[in-house]
Amino acid sequence: MKYITAIIQPHRLDQVREALGAIGVHGMTASDVYGYGRQKGHTEVYRGAEYEINYVPKIKVEIAVGDDQAEAVIEAVTEAARSGKIGDGKIFVWDLDDARRIRTGETGGNAL
Amino acid sequence: MIDSGNTAWILTSTALVLLMTLPGLALFYAGLVQAKNMLSVLMHCITIAALASVFWVVCGYSLAFEAGNALIGGLSEVMLAGVARDSVVEGTGLPETVFVMFQMTFAIITPALIVGAFVERIRFAAVMAFSVAWLLLVYVPVTHWVWGGGWLAEWGVMDYAGGIVVHVTAGVSALVIAAMLGARDGFPRSIRPPHAPWMVMVGACLLWVGWFGFNAGSALGAGGDAGMAMLVTHLSAAVASLVWLVIETVKFGKPSVVGFVTGTIAGLATITPASGFVGPMGGLILGAAGGFVCYVAVDLVKHRFKIDDSLDVLAVHGVGGATGTLLVAFLAALPGGTGVNVEDGAVSQFLVQLAGVAATAAWSAVATFVMVKVIALTIGLRVSKEEEIEGLDFTAHGETAYNP
Repeated sequence: MKYITAIIQPHRLDQVREALGAIGVHGMTASDVYGYGRQKGHTEVYRGAEYEINYVPKIKVEIAVGDDQAEAVIEAVTEAARSGKIGDGKIFVWDLDDARRIRTGETGGNAL
Repeated sequence: MIDSGNTAWILTSTALVLLMTLPGLALFYAGLVQAKNMLSVLMHCITIAALASVFWVVCGYSLAFEAGNALIGGLSEVMLAGVARDSVVEGTGLPETVFVMFQMTFAIITPALIVGAFVERIRFAAVMAFSVAWLLLVYVPVTHWVWGGGWLAEWGVMDYAGGIVVHVTAGVSALVIAAMLGARDGFPRSIRPPHAPWMVMVGACLLWVGWFGFNAGSALGAGGDAGMAMLVTHLSAAVASLVWLVIETVKFGKPSVVGFVTGTIAGLATITPASGFVGPMGGLILGAAGGFVCYVAVDLVKHRFKIDDSLDVLAVHGVGGATGTLLVAFLAALPGGTGVNVEDGAVSQFLVQLAGVAATAAWSAVATFVMVKVIALTIGLRVSKEEEIEGLDFTAHGETAYNP
């Protein structure tokens, strides 16, 4: 199993969700996060003073899938989240040891 | 003989002026600071309101408005001992209780304005001690000089609603306390932006509306003077807001909400001393002048002088109030205006205005310097660096503004 973490542009969340739905992935966790990479931050002006905003808002999407589906998920997220500009984000892939559905106690791939 | 029309308007104005502080100014300032300090700013404003109210009844009103000498009023109304249910303020038809309350709301907002200078780093006990001492040593005497029959009144100074009494006193004292307190951690390079610009806008709009009570209420009656004061007040606010919008658009490409409403407050502060003396053209000119001059002043104080008057109390209130106080000497002659007070004409009036601003600024600076020194040596002025980083909301008040 793989645990896929994608940091994406906030305005691409709906497209990512649709793309994942289209390949049969029906669960994810999304959260508001702040960070920086090559895009760095931006400046904002208040009363004539420029403020460096070092952390830009992003959305972190987390998806757990079986090994067989991992490549398709990475492809789908890449396609859906890409605008071609700096700041589109990154995808990180982890090996996932185990999973458990709390309600039923199912484990491993059955819990996904 | 009580005049019910006048009384009704000043009762209303009193409520409007209190609304300027609670919650107008409190929200205006709270939105401009970081989220971890916003409750402390709200707390400063409401605490000052309560302290000033008690102070006003105990001795503030008497020392400001009772007959005394040229510098300070008398003690005959301490504890409002002589204010009977049916006491009337001569020449206005107002119950004295209403006049006391109306003036109390001015004594509330003026020290609260200074909060903008010391946010995010001052000790709460120092705020309380300073505010009461400042009311006694700066606000009360200057009010007596200008409105209580003191020496500036004798000279014929024109200050309708508090350009000198409110804005110059608060602005100059703000600069002095900010300089003595020292800048916030990270100033000016890595200061955080306002945490809630929308809240700044809500606060500014409450101030805008409340200012009708401030200026039109200063007519102390419901008549033509009040009507004209409201009209010019509104005009000045609108024009100064547009001035900031244009400057920001030209300079940065985008007009901001915080910039617009800062212009609003600059326009309101600028028209305040002139509001009862000028007509619509005077209102338009003062709005344009106040918007522009205050914009320049913000840059000057923060970026040239490098003084962390955090929320620009001097640059917006002090400079705006002084600008209006000086220009009214020339603008009062325009259509709809009243003309000047002194017999020798506009230039003589201007010199009286200049003397009023200069003397008030000097006294405010000296008295504030001494008070802040004493407080620094006794109570202590500034929180520790750890407390500043953690935020005053939790460290001083045990609360956080936004909980999950």
